[in-house]
Amino acid sequence: MTIIPEAMRNEPTPEEVRASQVYLQWSLSQDEYEMICQHLNRLPNYTETGLFAAMWSEHCSYKKSKPVLRKFWSQNERVVQGPGEGAGVLDIGDNQAVVFKAESHNHPSAVEPYQGAATGVGGIIRDIFSMGAQPIAILDSLRFGELHHNTTKHLLNGIVSGIADYGNSLGIPTVGGDVMFDATYQQNPIVNAMAVGLLNQADLHVGKAEGIGNRILYVGAKTGRDGIHGATFASSDFDSSTDQNRSAVQVGDPFLEKLLMDTTIKAIHIFGAAIVGVQDMGAAGLVSSSAEMAGKAGNGIHLNLNQVPQRETNLTPYELMLSESQERMLMVVQADHVAEVAQLFTDADLAAVDIGEVTADGRYRLDFDGVEVANIDVQYLITPPKQNQKQQVPARLTAEADPEFVPELTDVTATFKDLLAQSTIASKAEIFKHYDCSVRTDTVIKPGGDAALVRIKNTRKVLAMTTDVNGRYVYLNPQVGGQLAVAEAARNIVATGATPIGITDCLNFGDPDDPEIYYELAQSCAGINEMAQKLNTPIISGNVSLYNETDGQAIYPTPIIGMVGLLENIDHATTINFKNADDLIYLIGTVRPDFNGSELQKLVTGKISGQLKSLDLNIEKQHQQLVLKGIEDQLINSAHDVAEGGVAVTLAEMAFKTPFGCQVQADFAASWYFAESPSLFVVTVRPEHQADFELLARTQAHLLGKVTADTKLELTGSDQTIKVNQAVAQKLYEESIKCQLNQ
Amino acid sequence: MKAAVIQFPGSNCDLDMLNALQLFGVEAQIVSHKATSLAGYDAIFLPGGFSFGDYLRCGAIARFSPIMTAVTTAAAAGKLIVGVCNGFQILTEAGLLPGQLMMNETPGFICAEVPITVINQQSQFTNQYQQATITLPVAHGEGRYYADEATIAQLEANHQVIFRYQTNVNGSAEQIAGIVNEKGNVLGMMPHPERAVEAIIGNIDGQDFFRSILN
Amino acid sequence: MMYLGKVYVSYKPSVFDPQGDVIKTSLHQLNFQGVESVTQGKYFEIKLVATNLTEATANLVKMAEELLINPNTETYQYAIDEIEVL
Repeated sequence: MTIIPEAMRNEPTPEEVRASQVYLQWSLSQDEYEMICQHLNRLPNYTETGLFAAMWSEHCSYKKSKPVLRKFWSQNERVVQGPGEGAGVLDIGDNQAVVFKAESHNHPSAVEPYQGAATGVGGIIRDIFSMGAQPIAILDSLRFGELHHNTTKHLLNGIVSGIADYGNSLGIPTVGGDVMFDATYQQNPIVNAMAVGLLNQADLHVGKAEGIGNRILYVGAKTGRDGIHGATFASSDFDSSTDQNRSAVQVGDPFLEKLLMDTTIKAIHIFGAAIVGVQDMGAAGLVSSSAEMAGKAGNGIHLNLNQVPQRETNLTPYELMLSESQERMLMVVQADHVAEVAQLFTDADLAAVDIGEVTADGRYRLDFDGVEVANIDVQYLITPPKQNQKQQVPARLTAEADPEFVPELTDVTATFKDLLAQSTIASKAEIFKHYDCSVRTDTVIKPGGDAALVRIKNTRKVLAMTTDVNGRYVYLNPQVGGQLAVAEAARNIVATGATPIGITDCLNFGDPDDPEIYYELAQSCAGINEMAQKLNTPIISGNVSLYNETDGQAIYPTPIIGMVGLLENIDHATTINFKNADDLIYLIGTVRPDFNGSELQKLVTGKISGQLKSLDLNIEKQHQQLVLKGIEDQLINSAHDVAEGGVAVTLAEMAFKTPFGCQVQADFAASWYFAESPSLFVVTVRPEHQADFELLARTQAHLLGKVTADTKLELTGSDQTIKVNQAVAQKLYEESIKCQLNQ
Repeated sequence: MKAAVIQFPGSNCDLDMLNALQLFGVEAQIVSHKATSLAGYDAIFLPGGFSFGDYLRCGAIARFSPIMTAVTTAAAAGKLIVGVCNGFQILTEAGLLPGQLMMNETPGFICAEVPITVINQQSQFTNQYQQATITLPVAHGEGRYYADEATIAQLEANHQVIFRYQTNVNGSAEQIAGIVNEKGNVLGMMPHPERAVEAIIGNIDGQDFFRSILN
Repeated sequence: MMYLGKVYVSYKPSVFDPQGDVIKTSLHQLNFQGVESVTQGKYFEIKLVATNLTEATANLVKMAEELLINPNTETYQYAIDEIEVL
């Protein structure tokens, strides 16, 4: 009979765990529980059951999405580190590398918008500096329900303040991202944060517990009962009738994170290889970080839980291992350096305690009050049983195709004005003004352009970054929608003059056990993969958020693409704004009547429907290469990609904040100016470069018209003309979100 | 000129200030908030950020940092002291400048480039400005300058108001964006001149600020 | 002896409290039409050791005036009680 430590006296015994089936509430299935019993040849105790539930959750193990993720192409000449670490790493020359990853915090943000979003930023930033990199930028991809709902306003205000307060405090600029509104996200907002870091390649660290006898150093904040079982909480869908999950949300402390970030980077600089491995304590906190680090190195780990710094009293081993208290990291440090490393952290008023060691036995062993409370094979703990998810083509995709949506617009000018005020199209300045975008003094293109540009001091290099996906397209055709998401992100990067170099993703979907949802996941990822390979942009990191549904209604499949580009010569940085009167306006690509899934369709019919045409990946790539070459040869002086709202919105955005207007003419119907055809750019060219540009572009570009010295926007089609004063258009565009928020 | 940039826990514009000073050839160094001496420095910069998380009130905790005794001594000795954003908040909490910075009139952090009038072009911080209207970045949630009427009247009468917002950015009394002490050697301002010294990041209106200090 | 001091910090009457204003608007939106005004303040619980109530009170007042409030804009009230040490 073993002695039961005082704090654990009220815990169910292994037999009671089995009888009560408490693990079912933690999203561990009966089959999985029985497999564990069989593997251990005994009943797991309460703590061990909790460890398995966390480690085998979708959030930690990706057991359901793995068959899809494994197919992602993640290797090319730039890749230093692909998926599986805190973040992916790409070589950018001069022994420097760019480190980036995106992560979702949808579920926490739905129940507690401010803290949910804030801790999302905190977590992704730790993923970056755990690699030894200095975080240099944050982007946020947000999806909300319709803005006129009060709940949307409440969510938006909370989420935006959470992101702002956390990122601003850290002194990491929020430079971009995207925001869209659609009823599909009414109960399930999407909060995806992407962070980008700059690394000297010599400083690269990964999360591996190498070296038998090396010490496990806990640094950062103390552990409390925050977010116990947050990982499994994120892996189950919502039932809107209950609100009891509220206690699973963590609270962030950006001040502490700032100290932790600066001190971790400093420690890596000072101690180099004596710090063997670093990992954030993210989802499922201590268990996930320690088991993964041991597992990746093929070693065991032995922790003394009484050493874990604690903020509250009477924490049980279960709580200590599963807590998701924020701002904590785990380091593996050579034994003879552990005291010095710890001292650096305690000097910054951070906890730093040696809590255990790397062992040769391959076991995951935990001691508490002198009693062994867990003893499991590490590899078994981190390897959930393989899952074979069924796929089925969603009924909507096999049903008789909806008739092609053909807009019949009697007053194209009025429609244009309405489109500019649509929440998804309108300016997001009212949101972005809350984010500090200029701290660190490196932001060359601020929010509002196609992609953000962040320069690298003491070099000529600039990094471009963006996030994008239109869930409506993915809903109408998962594969093409996936291709379009990558293509659109790449066009954003290209329009600044930068070459796309890599991708991170956040795959936001419904319940993966629904074969139709799994089909959406698999097909959209296939599409992402195809376009990524075509553009030579490997997918080097990412995250999956499933169960985004309420009462059985899933969100549109929303695989958000975060993309980074590299511009070697800062002098070629290109913005979207018109530069001079009389510059020639060219359309690169061909406008087609692509209205299915468009903002126009949504505006006119209140919903989206129909088929998407297939995307020609070669043409997409050629158009991007043309823009890059045109910018490099200094023939193109402004460039903007065509997205929601079509060429009309693109032209308007190019004119805004300039003293110019434009006069363009096309041989298609005026309504086609709103078509959302793929692979399109609008660029401007000085008249003296007309011959050179046309020689370069050949048939890919069409002269649309010119930039004018007055501020009229005049877009003529074969039937009607869109005519509006730029100031009027800009007012509609800029005030829409603000007006709706204040209503 | 030799300048110190004080680093408080939570400062996050310290390196930006250091960079800006170095661009103008100033021999600038980061000095820890735990240091006790500022001997040998001609100018002392308290940078922006969120010292001590801005917990309690912005600047309220930083005011008790060991370095603040040396800052007070340097101020009394006539050295140049500059507090930008959080630095301004610390200087008011420490009593080196009158008034207080409070939450913006419309709650929420604002990041923008705003038009500003250089009210006093004679000060040690502004004497190189040729034009009265400039644009500077602001980035704060608590930048609303507040002081009682008598204090405001005194600031105006002594020409201690150095910068004024041209639009109502945050609800500051008399749209005050920056002030000096009576002696004119201690400046506090909410806008960030250190973010406006390089054309590539879109604004050079902070250059004359640094030229004035060097003059 | 152990004492529990409670300090309530609020803005002086003439000082504009934008958070209070926003909360008021929000309460009106939630149909609490009767709300006349809202002021948001700060509340501190401070456990302290002192030889007697007079000393504890004097300490608490000093803490409030030196750190917890900014006298330019804020004022405070307090309460203090002896508590049992667990």
